[in-house]
Amino acid sequence: MIPLSWYLIFAAALFSVGLFGALSRRNAVAILLGIELMLNAINVNLVAFWRYGDVMVLAGQVFAVIVFAVAAAEVSVGLALVISVYRRRNTVVADELDMLKW
Amino acid sequence: MNFWNDPLKVAADWLTGIFVGWGMNDVFAQVLVAFLGVLMLITILMVVDIFLVWIERKVVARFQDRIGPNRLGPFGLIQPFADIIKLMIKEDTTPDGADKVVYNLAPMLSMMSVLILWAVVPLAPVMLGVDLNAGALFIIAAGSIGTLSIIMAGWSSNNKFSVIGAFRQVAVMVSFEIPMLATLLIPTIFAGSMGMNAIIQSQDIWFVLLSPLAALIFLIAAIAELGRAPFDLAEGESELVSGYNIEYSGMKFGMFYAGELLHAFTFGGFWAIFFFGGYRFFGLEKVSPFLAIAIILFKALVGYWVIMWVKYTVMRIRIDQMLAFNWKFLTPVAFVLVMVTALMNALLRDASSWLFITGMLLSNVIVAWISLEFVRSASKKERERVEGVKQVVEAHH
Amino acid sequence: MTAEQIIFLIVAGVTLASALLVVTTRNLVHAALWLVATLFGVAIIYTILNAGFIAVVQVVVYIGAIAILFIFAVMLTRRELRDNTPQLNKNWWSGALVAVLTFVGLAFLLQGWSGFSKTAAAIPSGFDAVAELGNQLVSPEAYVLPFEVASVLLLAAMVGAVYVAFTRK
Repeated sequence: MIPLSWYLIFAAALFSVGLFGALSRRNAVAILLGIELMLNAINVNLVAFWRYGDVMVLAGQVFAVIVFAVAAAEVSVGLALVISVYRRRNTVVADELDMLKW
Repeated sequence: MNFWNDPLKVAADWLTGIFVGWGMNDVFAQVLVAFLGVLMLITILMVVDIFLVWIERKVVARFQDRIGPNRLGPFGLIQPFADIIKLMIKEDTTPDGADKVVYNLAPMLSMMSVLILWAVVPLAPVMLGVDLNAGALFIIAAGSIGTLSIIMAGWSSNNKFSVIGAFRQVAVMVSFEIPMLATLLIPTIFAGSMGMNAIIQSQDIWFVLLSPLAALIFLIAAIAELGRAPFDLAEGESELVSGYNIEYSGMKFGMFYAGELLHAFTFGGFWAIFFFGGYRFFGLEKVSPFLAIAIILFKALVGYWVIMWVKYTVMRIRIDQMLAFNWKFLTPVAFVLVMVTALMNALLRDASSWLFITGMLLSNVIVAWISLEFVRSASKKERERVEGVKQVVEAHH
Repeated sequence: MTAEQIIFLIVAGVTLASALLVVTTRNLVHAALWLVATLFGVAIIYTILNAGFIAVVQVVVYIGAIAILFIFAVMLTRRELRDNTPQLNKNWWSGALVAVLTFVGLAFLLQGWSGFSKTAAAIPSGFDAVAELGNQLVSPEAYVLPFEVASVLLLAAMVGAVYVAFTRK
């Protein structure tokens, strides 16, 4: 039987990888990729806590489903913003989008 | 438990016994037997696939008033083997600048997305890979792997036409997934479960009688998902050469082609499972699992024949018409139908079965009638608009 | 070591390796495809956790919709950023430091928690998680409000995405 710790360590590692991606990629699409990894890591934790806690209490799975919805919403709006920015400024590099930085 | 009542279990027990007799670990022997079972299913499917090529060619020939393959073997039955040998010995080309790994992975994923569907197909009450409790959703999940394979094929070929073809195909597949998922919810509502076996077991009355509109929408969405005519824009020869698979030759193309045929056959099977009682036929399935397999394969063939019938009679429509048809007509109708069905199901749950059937059928007819009225007024407006444009153009001349 | 543990280790290793490739590959289409591999790995992890429904939804939502959307977005925005320019910004080392510190900190915090190496109880027979999940999502005593809020969120996101990406003529 797999102890809970394995899942938690795996999720923490996945979260850190995603965090690295979100912090250090230049391309805005790639930053969103990193955020997806982080959301997935959280979902692994939620489902693992459901399985290792009281199985009858489905809060973990319900939260996972809602994270799916949030991830879908985040990606659709995020990518729409990236495409819109690309149309206006012809770049998707996050560093170059500095109109607000004077 | 004798062989005629549960052949798979008997065979598996026998094989496990042999492997354990060789001094193998018990768990390992079971895993090996399961693996052999999967291998056998895939092999049978591939052989069926070869004959599907023959069936497709024969049927299209009859639709077009021809005879079809008739030279090689009786009724041309050996023809598909000759086709395969031709595909095998053809030069295996890879275009310049192609992304080699992705390019070679795409046909495999395409075939895999079809084969994986058979994991949840119940061939008989006791013969199915897994009785997944999210079986209906699994179909959509496998379909998304197919979508992925198409975009991978289109992008990695390093060809503008294949990218455009892939974009179109993916746009169609992603959008028609929605009405398909909505109509899959209707058998789920009736059966109270998403598991395939539970859905079949609860069809004392075929679901097509309870919800003919759902069966129709599922068929339309399935045809679009398959990328067959009238939704085969990805391969609009006159504009795109051949869609996402232009650059593929030999057996790699063969994988896409065989995958498409098997996919159509499989969806004929799913149509039968969800709306026509699957392996059930007036209690005949209880006699022997072999009879049940024969029944479901026959029903799948009938479904496949309907898909072919549509393919070879209906003309291809434009991409904008297709997406408008999906988003403005099919998806809303499917959602309304799900809501109406759920409501009627809750109202009529305790009613007698005759009242239940009549109520369901009536609600379906009403939904269909109202949506057709909408289509009529919309198409009238569209026709007036097009004719107005024509008159303006003629006036300019 | 049981078979389950070996499977978990292999899947987790492959998933983490593909996740690393997602954040380091130069070619962004490849990064999106590695994301698909990662998502598959996570789906397998869900299956090991006996959450079949979540695994299937993961494939439908993430691979069928989100990954495809990413590939589309990469293709639509590729003109400027060629694959040979650096893909990491100049502060990438501080990002790496933060990530490593997060991992070490999380591992340290978790390791001190009493339930850390808990093992799972067997799932009671006859318990259908999917049916129960479906009931709870629409039950007024359970999660109907978050469920409805999520659907409103999705609707708002759809309207927002169409509005933002729409080209005015």
